[in-house]
Amino acid sequence: MQELIKRAKELLADGTAARVLGWRRGDLPYNPEPAFFEKEEDLDRFVYDGFCGANLSKMMIEASRLEGKTLVFLKPCDTYSFNQLLKEHRVDREKAYIIGVGCRGKLDIEKIRAQGISGITAISGAENDGPDTLKVRTIYGDRTVNYGSALLGRCHVCKGKEHKICDEQIGRSRDTKDADPYEEVRAVEAMTPEARFAFFQKELGKCIRCNACRNVCPACSCRKCVFDSTSFDSAQKANVDSFEEKMFHIIRSFHVAGRCTDCGECSRVCPQGIPLHLFNRRYIKEINELYGQFQAGEDPEATSPLTDYLAEDPEPGIIEERG
Amino acid sequence: MYKITKENLRALFREIAGSRELYLPVEMGGQVNFGVWDEDAKVRLDVLKTVKSPKDIFFPQAETLYTCTGSGKNIRIKPQELKDRDFVVFGMRACDVRGVKVLDQVFLSDPQDTYYAARRAHGILVSMACGRPEESCFCSTFGIDAAAPEGDVAAWMTEKDLFLKPLTEKGEQFITSVESLLTKAEDEAETVEAEQKRIREILEKLPYRNLSLDGWDGGATEEKFDSPIWETLYRPCLACGTCTFVCPTCQCYDIKDYRTAEGVQRYRCWDSCMYSDFTLMAGGNNRTTQLQRFRQRFMHKLIYFPANNQGMYSCVGCGRCVEKCPSSLNIVKVIKAFEKQGGGANV
Repeated sequence: MQELIKRAKELLADGTAARVLGWRRGDLPYNPEPAFFEKEEDLDRFVYDGFCGANLSKMMIEASRLEGKTLVFLKPCDTYSFNQLLKEHRVDREKAYIIGVGCRGKLDIEKIRAQGISGITAISGAENDGPDTLKVRTIYGDRTVNYGSALLGRCHVCKGKEHKICDEQIGRSRDTKDADPYEEVRAVEAMTPEARFAFFQKELGKCIRCNACRNVCPACSCRKCVFDSTSFDSAQKANVDSFEEKMFHIIRSFHVAGRCTDCGECSRVCPQGIPLHLFNRRYIKEINELYGQFQAGEDPEATSPLTDYLAEDPEPGIIEERG
Repeated sequence: MYKITKENLRALFREIAGSRELYLPVEMGGQVNFGVWDEDAKVRLDVLKTVKSPKDIFFPQAETLYTCTGSGKNIRIKPQELKDRDFVVFGMRACDVRGVKVLDQVFLSDPQDTYYAARRAHGILVSMACGRPEESCFCSTFGIDAAAPEGDVAAWMTEKDLFLKPLTEKGEQFITSVESLLTKAEDEAETVEAEQKRIREILEKLPYRNLSLDGWDGGATEEKFDSPIWETLYRPCLACGTCTFVCPTCQCYDIKDYRTAEGVQRYRCWDSCMYSDFTLMAGGNNRTTQLQRFRQRFMHKLIYFPANNQGMYSCVGCGRCVEKCPSSLNIVKVIKAFEKQGGGANV
């Protein structure tokens, strides 16, 4: 982490960057917030550890409108989002100086709490080059947590630790993929239609329409969302009935289909723990099966199968034939 | 003082639910929220904080106010039926009970909100002391005692028993209605006192125990409003409504019409000052930036509300925003940011 701070200070000092976009140490051991740092001394509160799950690429939309370059720290998975935003002309490459940061997976505080841990006052071992075991100090006694057992769900299906875009790279990564990304999707597909409907009804029924999934999503970058329209009968914030909840998430997931990089931010931020990534991952699986392997954000020059036409593309009828 | 063994709680819930609606923390899809009890409900009284506060039992996230039907100039208005049955909310925490008191200031003041008032009149609040406070808790900042919750009945969970103490006339009536399942425990006050002492000792160890509200009052309106601190503070804000929707005291709502095949349903739903259409009027919006919207939330809770309600803050220190904000922003960070500016001692 000190290396990141040192490099950021250098780039601020030599005028390469006008500001730094990173994470600022929080007031609890696990709550750093995304932050812009304008001055070298502000960087004393810069942090990069296992709790820096927030994907900063979407904040580069705002940074692209500012004077000068912004030095941004991107984890390997965040670079896919940046590339996708670049492709959609939402960020300006010339306004970004990207340092790719190493990643050994990011932590989910809920998974630490789920191990019966509460009253947390200190956590050590969350550094990127830290040990395999976290030491958690709580007002109810000290505990240890295996780093791998507290990873965000998305890290178990990591796309890889290669930065798809960056100007330089600092820090080592460790592979965290130990599950098949489509296993969860196949489990849902295997359900009977009734069971599947009940499953989604139960999950989406928890939605409180906070819009956190939409607002954090790098693919949801419309200046004004259709759901924020005042001419709709259904306000963006009212969970008037379950129909509306279903509409919201299904429409949103369709809108980002083919552009979603599966960064997993939607599921990370959902206060009600809805596995929202399941929709998107289903579409990704479908796209791969129908049009061949495609990873959004991997290559900013590549054309998405959903915006491209090839004579051999399957006809829509394939869905009915295939069942 | 009364008590009931933990094994008999199910019987108690069945008894309550026999004649009234019973709301309590239940697990649904891995999340614990207040919900209606039934035989299959997975009751989780052990969970300190439900994701959402029990606010929506009194002030639902969305509710129909009235329905208009008819054609042409013949319009019939059908008022919404008001709550007319008693119900019990079991297991509210001290902070959540204070949250309802904050809502009372808004909805029971003249002109009274009849929908809310009906629910308050029929609701019986059974609160529970916090056996295991968490690091995100800071209710004591607002003078709330997690060891002695308010409400109609207060309860304490010990290893084997749940102790119940009626605090109001409504509470006495509630106890009478389930008395056949309870044991008198007048001589066991010491057990409850010991539990209270244990809880208060934990509260003394919480990281936010010294959070101070010095400088947050009506007199500081301009100083706080004009502070440049907001310019840095708001920036990670995603403009989502998580903080406002999990909050026990956020009370802003929007009123809209929903067109159905038969007519129009006028409903209201929780609004969020974080949203771009908050307080949008025909003439435009008086808050056009996220900085302004972000500032509004904290100015309302810590300056405007106490200025208009005899010093009562509209934050109860439940810490839900501390746990749930996707960007790890929260009211504690706001309070601390201003304290640092003033050179205070919040750590």
